[in-house]
Amino acid sequence: MKKTLILLALLSLGTASFAQKFMTRTANVGFFSEAPLENIEARTSSGTGIIDMATGDMAFRVPINTFQFEKALMQEHFNENYMESDRFPNAEFKGKITNLAQVNLGRDGSYPATVEGQMTIHGITQNVKEVGSIRVAGERISVTSEFLVRVADYQIQIPSVMVDNIAKVVKVKLVADMQPF
Amino acid sequence: MTRKTLLACLLPALLLAAPARAQSLDELLDQIEEPRTELVRATFKSPRVVSAQSVESPARQDLLMVIGHRFGPVNSGLQELFGIDQATMRMGFDYGLGDRLAVGVGRSSFQKTYDGFVKYRILWQSQGERNIPVSLSWHSAAAVLTSTRLYNRDDLELVSRMRYAHQLLVARKFGPRLSLQLMPSVAHSNLTLTADEPNDIFALGTGGRLKLSNRVTLNWEYYPRLNDRGREGRHDALSLGFDIETGGHVFQLHLTNTLSMAEPSLIGQTTGSWLDGDIHFGFNINRTFALGKGR
Repeated sequence: MKKTLILLALLSLGTASFAQKFMTRTANVGFFSEAPLENIEARTSSGTGIIDMATGDMAFRVPINTFQFEKALMQEHFNENYMESDRFPNAEFKGKITNLAQVNLGRDGSYPATVEGQMTIHGITQNVKEVGSIRVAGERISVTSEFLVRVADYQIQIPSVMVDNIAKVVKVKLVADMQPF
Repeated sequence: MTRKTLLACLLPALLLAAPARAQSLDELLDQIEEPRTELVRATFKSPRVVSAQSVESPARQDLLMVIGHRFGPVNSGLQELFGIDQATMRMGFDYGLGDRLAVGVGRSSFQKTYDGFVKYRILWQSQGERNIPVSLSWHSAAAVLTSTRLYNRDDLELVSRMRYAHQLLVARKFGPRLSLQLMPSVAHSNLTLTADEPNDIFALGTGGRLKLSNRVTLNWEYYPRLNDRGREGRHDALSLGFDIETGGHVFQLHLTNTLSMAEPSLIGQTTGSWLDGDIHFGFNINRTFALGKGR
């Protein structure tokens, strides 16, 4: 009986200490479109995200209408004509860190991470596999990733008159400083 | 060791484990998301519904060039190519001093009119943490009619040739497709064109837009007068048309019974009758120039 009890106590301890969740409300997400006629850049710092370092599960959500552009008109067109943010308010990523064993939360440093999961933009979900890095600094972690998004994969239509203004492949950058949750 | 103690030891473990299992990351995201206030944007595609001002204005440090054309009356027949041979045009600039404050100037060939206006967005429709059901803008305009033929005398002082309009624009975007606007207005003429006309004309304008596709909307506006209704040869301004947005430009194509493109003469001075086919084909071209160095 005593052994069972100790085992149970250990188990409960185990679940508690491995429940290593990190969160952010201020994830920075930027994207860059390079096209012959103009370069377009937008950023937001309103992304939310959670990573469970016990399982490697992660989820990020970015409200589309919080992206700030250099020109107000670009921002309006982005929301109204391309992303249709009234219908599809968020971009989301749900996935898993596949090389979790290589990330040591106990030791400060930068660790490469590979992530697999589903990206949802403009209401369309695609399976993606991206690389990034996780930097451990004391109690906090910082997640960065740069990846490419093919606009056509998410059925975002660019009219023929705008093909020289908007890139077919957009570079996205994520920087998220996360704290224990 | 009793069962009770076992239970007492198990319970905290269960309590610790249960919430972690029950909540998906999705639910956690919902939980940590902070409430935001979202301003409702693009109630209209441009600061003009057709000829009337909408609650929209250029963003801070944006310069909007508006070129408006109204052709001759459609019922003038084939000889005049249904009005295309004649044209009235207004060229104007709107400028955003702030995201809520705009000023503008224009010159119209109709009655050789110079006009200027100030528009301020008092309320901005928003949802989320701060919920405001409508956008509300104040718009005041002044115009000076410099055509010497108009008053049949050229010794009139400038001030006599002036007209003003003041109005509240109340608009609500009912979802992505439909926006409606109400425009209680007064227009004042310092000197009226005929002796028995009132100097002040009140009107309760209405306008709206229906989004047909991401880049095309159907727009309409109607300015029923509240006084001076019986006057021979005067009609309520009624316009309808399409907004076509191409990226850098908004093209507005419409049919209207009024030639004026600024409120001081738009309200109460309309002479065309839709029923007689005394209407005009017209268009506005809106082009925005971002003068600011980014925000």
